[in-house]
Amino acid sequence: MRFVFKTSYDADINWFKHKTQAFWYFLLFGLMMAIPLYFHFLSDPYLLGEITSVMIFAIAAMGLMLLTGHTGLPSLGHATFMALGCYMNVIYLNAGLPWLLAFPLAGLTAGFVGTLIALPVLRLHGVYLALATLAMSILTGDFIVLLEPWTGGISGLAVPDISIFGLEINKYANPYLFYYLVLVVALLIIMAYRNILRAPMGRSFTAVRDSEISAQAMGINLTMTKSSSFFLSATTAGLAGALFGHSAGYVTNETFDVVMSITLLMMIVIGGLGFIHGAFFGAIVFGIIPVAIANGRSLLQTSFGINVHIPGLENGLFAVILIAFILFEPMGLYGRWLKVRTYFELFPFYRKDMFRRQKSYLKTERVQ
Amino acid sequence: MSLLSLSDVTLRFGGVVAVNNVSLEVQQGEVFGLVGPNGAGKSTLFNLISRFYDPAEGSISFNNQNLLKLGSDQVPSQGIARTFQNIELFEHATVLQNLLVGRHRHRKTSMLSEIFFTPKARREERRHREAVERVIDFLDLQPYREKMIAGLPYGVRKVVELGRALASEPKLLLLDEPASGLSVEETQDMAYWIEDIQKQMGITVLMVEHDMGLVSSVCNRVLALNDGKELTTGTPTEVQAHPSVVEAYLGTSGISKT
Repeated sequence: MRFVFKTSYDADINWFKHKTQAFWYFLLFGLMMAIPLYFHFLSDPYLLGEITSVMIFAIAAMGLMLLTGHTGLPSLGHATFMALGCYMNVIYLNAGLPWLLAFPLAGLTAGFVGTLIALPVLRLHGVYLALATLAMSILTGDFIVLLEPWTGGISGLAVPDISIFGLEINKYANPYLFYYLVLVVALLIIMAYRNILRAPMGRSFTAVRDSEISAQAMGINLTMTKSSSFFLSATTAGLAGALFGHSAGYVTNETFDVVMSITLLMMIVIGGLGFIHGAFFGAIVFGIIPVAIANGRSLLQTSFGINVHIPGLENGLFAVILIAFILFEPMGLYGRWLKVRTYFELFPFYRKDMFRRQKSYLKTERVQ
Repeated sequence: MSLLSLSDVTLRFGGVVAVNNVSLEVQQGEVFGLVGPNGAGKSTLFNLISRFYDPAEGSISFNNQNLLKLGSDQVPSQGIARTFQNIELFEHATVLQNLLVGRHRHRKTSMLSEIFFTPKARREERRHREAVERVIDFLDLQPYREKMIAGLPYGVRKVVELGRALASEPKLLLLDEPASGLSVEETQDMAYWIEDIQKQMGITVLMVEHDMGLVSSVCNRVLALNDGKELTTGTPTEVQAHPSVVEAYLGTSGISKT
């Protein structure tokens, strides 16, 4: 077990709790930087593309995590903000803006429109909020068709290449550069996310999540807090959507459907609600399973001669995994990792109930 | 000049008159108690002061300012902090984070400076932490600093909630049954703390409490309520001896007379 000897308040403010933790994260960063080299020697960048899209989804999941995991507002409509970011990015690019300007602007536009949509919706709670955002998600495709002059409607829209100071980045022509670009964006968003969590704003988000009434009694403006969470969340999802557009190359009204919204929500639940790591773990699970199914299928076919063609196998598997997680590990993959780590840190003093959720005391006198 | 004054405040829920024409004046620096049987309207009065309810009639002013003009999230910025009868802490956060939320009314950083965590944001964080550490020292919460609320015993939660209110450095502290559910020793600690809050920190306290032992040991003045109506105001001994208070708690002695 490690005892951190704290000598200043900064020890609790800094990103890393101690030097060893910083070392592991820098090692991870070095690994992420080195991954393209491996695929370069392999000269088969297919899997690199998969890793890139996992990271893009992790960015979108971080957006949803801030809203659902940290502010406690469930949303089944985050594909809408991804669509907004994606289409606005293309529109700005086609209008002649440089990518370095168009990309953040697209995110901000998604954020502002998201906040406008959110303001009336935020008066709702829990299931009702989820239903309202679900309706928004269902309407997205129709709106894209209606706005055909800008979005290309059913026939779709080609996403132009990224150009940064003359450096052309295209996912197919130059997968390595695109990977690094996504990595940088993901890193910047993680840093901003960490900063928010250690500042009063992040604390006000969790306060609203855990008890609205006492958040109010501490001087936290509920509408302001919820809408700024919605703004940051939609902005992040919009940025992810813009990157997704570059990765897909071509988007239509069917790209950002309800299934994508639900997938994002499943990602953060499986990954672990309320942890930044959870967004990444969830995205990795959702990236690995389709590849694993395809590989398993071809393995069965080549070595045993069995043809497996079950329609809906993927969705069925996801459903089983989700139900299993909600039943057996509500804290998600990251929660499981925390338990395993605590077990070894405290060995042999780990107690079975250390992470058990406590029933909160009766809340009879709630004013609402 | 009184710090908090309520005059002729009335609140109705449908046909029920929860608070009926209640007036009270809390003087700067005193500990003021509210007593009364269940359903007398004590907590409702608290919720009126912290602006969760709007009174039908009457006025509430704090520090010569009309509180009724403010929303419930603006009340703390005036210097009023409160605790809840059924602990309302942020369960999935540590004690330290809970106390830091109490500092929210002193937030000076903007959203942008927090996202980039500018040197100013760091300076502010250190300042908040220092204030919180003073509260931790005062309430002896050191062993629990890094613990999650979800795993803490009831008595400690009660203290953390008091700490969160103190962290906001209020002028007026509203305590809703600070000793409910506490053991005898914990209640004694609470009495010492309330005394220190009044005498050392100079904070005015308004509290609702059923434990008459605690009330008579810390309160300077007491207001007794029943059915939303004011029965009497005075020192704890006066109020306890007042016939209408005895009647409200023990019933009338009318049966033997008739």
